[in-house]
Amino acid sequence: MVIALVLVLTLGTLLAVLWRAEGVGGLGRAEWAAVRFTVLQAILSAAASVVLAIPVARALSRRRFPGRSVLITLLGAPFILPVIVAVMGLLAVFGRNGLLNDAIALAGGDRISIYGLGGVVLAHVFFNLPLAVRMILQGWIAIPSERFRLVVSLGASVSTMLERPMLRAVLPGAFMAIFLICLTSFAVALVLGGGPKATTVELAIYQAVRFDFDLGRAALLAAVQFGLSIIAALAAWFITVPEGFGAGLDRVMPRWDGATLWARLCDVVAIAFAAAFLILPLSMVILKGVIGLSDLPVSVLPAIARSVSVAAVSTALTIAAAVLLSMRGGRAVGLASALPLAASSLVVGTGLFVVVQPVFNPAKLALLVTALMNALMALPFALRVIAPAFERVEADYGRLADSIGMTGWARVRIAVLPRIRKPLGFAAGLAAALSMGDLGVIALFATSDQQTLPLLMYQLMGSYRADAASGAALVLLGLSLCAFWIFDRGGRVDADA
Amino acid sequence: MLMLENLNVRQGDFHLSANVDFAVGQVTALIGPSGAGKSTILSVIAGFYQADGRVLWRGEPITDLRPDQRPVSILFQDNNLFPHLTVSQNVGLALRASLRLTSDEQRHVDEMLASVGLLGMETRKPAALSGGQQSRAALARLLLQDRPVILLDEPFAALGPGLKQEMLALVRERALSDNRVVLMVTHDPQDALVAADQIALVDEGKISAPLPTREVLDNPPEMLRRYLGTNQ
Repeated sequence: MVIALVLVLTLGTLLAVLWRAEGVGGLGRAEWAAVRFTVLQAILSAAASVVLAIPVARALSRRRFPGRSVLITLLGAPFILPVIVAVMGLLAVFGRNGLLNDAIALAGGDRISIYGLGGVVLAHVFFNLPLAVRMILQGWIAIPSERFRLVVSLGASVSTMLERPMLRAVLPGAFMAIFLICLTSFAVALVLGGGPKATTVELAIYQAVRFDFDLGRAALLAAVQFGLSIIAALAAWFITVPEGFGAGLDRVMPRWDGATLWARLCDVVAIAFAAAFLILPLSMVILKGVIGLSDLPVSVLPAIARSVSVAAVSTALTIAAAVLLSMRGGRAVGLASALPLAASSLVVGTGLFVVVQPVFNPAKLALLVTALMNALMALPFALRVIAPAFERVEADYGRLADSIGMTGWARVRIAVLPRIRKPLGFAAGLAAALSMGDLGVIALFATSDQQTLPLLMYQLMGSYRADAASGAALVLLGLSLCAFWIFDRGGRVDADA
Repeated sequence: MLMLENLNVRQGDFHLSANVDFAVGQVTALIGPSGAGKSTILSVIAGFYQADGRVLWRGEPITDLRPDQRPVSILFQDNNLFPHLTVSQNVGLALRASLRLTSDEQRHVDEMLASVGLLGMETRKPAALSGGQQSRAALARLLLQDRPVILLDEPFAALGPGLKQEMLALVRERALSDNRVVLMVTHDPQDALVAADQIALVDEGKISAPLPTREVLDNPPEMLRRYLGTNQ
């Protein structure tokens, strides 16, 4: 049932788009430009994220300093940060009137523009550098201390013997994961891209439906986007990150290779760069947001209510689907983990739009469809957390449950749910935060009286009400973090008791 | 009597065959090297693995029955207590998997807990129990299931020698008072000496007919000498 719904929403909607297109022409110059820009910005974003992440991950792996754990926690924040809020923060630092340009102007230089390829890549690096750091850091931590001792005792190079082989194993997987994420990025391109030279395929779909109502073009672009994502997903599938470097005793060990002054300097610069790159934009969101709170329009309250409602419905749907699929296990989990990643929400949204539009005004279903889309998009992440927890419970208690005849709801209630509270809470937190900050399909469907908070914020930015937009950004940031915290905390309380 | 009739299990390259009977009122130790198939035999009897051949209890085949429908209860290596349930709830699962116990059933649980020395610990969670107390709770659940075939898969492996012997003696006393069949997988001949009436050797996928414990240990066959490292 759930898997059928996933199939209908991903492949079915794509077919619906193709069916309604009434003649899909070939790719014109504009479409090719969008494809080229999409691939180019994804390659540059992934490459920059991975390259910049290497020194940061190495520094974190071999240094212990006050605030290290806070910084590592902060590395997880961009994932649950609403895209539009992060972009607001980046504009405050790197935008035309941002801190960086102010400094350049003070030094007598010309102000630089963040809009276009550079801005899109910068925003993607902001979101994905932390992910890359965490993936590469895992690789470093997975090298057993015994290997370091062996290499040092042999007088060999740590870099040649351990670090380069680890990086060769880890980097392709990290690159492909980030490439895939950037390939389907919409909100960043919506705010920082645009124009013929900086339009992603996703943005082109949005423009085709929203402004031109050219379903044939939207269908063609949707198919192209799906094809690109599938190819990237398959490539990512085949490039797997290896288990590690064998078993060790997981001792905390001194890193002799990090004792030189040069190594220390490199690590300090890397950590300072990462911290500043993450903290500055967020601080600016808070600072400007506090100032802008008094300028918030009255429409912010219903927008908050809609965002919270959409997030609540979306979270419930995500968790219900993830639990049902995890109970079933097997290929269903794999399929539901992969398909939504390949199908972007705009592609699915377009499909639903063309299916619904002949019989119903799509705008009337905007919030419901948004909740459904958000649930679909959060499902792979929820499954990645919940399905392994289910498997562990089955491995630990499945035989006992079988032997005493504990089946059905009793099995779920007594054996499973109490044991998966933590991952369940974490997954619900992720789903809620992702939905709260989503600016994807809602932009396609919603009318002016159906704005969610991210859409309202985007519209405030578009109408040059910067202070009000900053205030909305702060509220949205608070709501997203709160939603994550409430669910995650709820899962942890008494989870081990 | 529990009968394994022309039992054959294939798992990749591994092949296990068994054609052996176990009498009631006897504790049988299954001894053999790692990977010989000891735990697999218990899994087949409990219904976790499907195998060719038949498992019969009192002449009736039980091979097609679900694990919970078989006259079998099993004590797992790591006690398998749910950490989020109290001791009383963990034991109560033996009577009702939904945990909706009647007052009569709850009384049975309390009596069983008292009989294994866990009186006053009903509301504790497993983490608040010592290793020995956790084993007692798992044993209470096993005994409360009140099934005639008891399978012990390397029981009490985490306990020290003294406590382990005490627990094995308790199993023997409680299990044999009702004429049950008890099969116990162990690596340690000392366990067999303490608790088993007979020993069945398992080696290279074959299970031998059980022989009296004393006889086997006093005059160990070639396989057991090899296993114990006393082959000179």
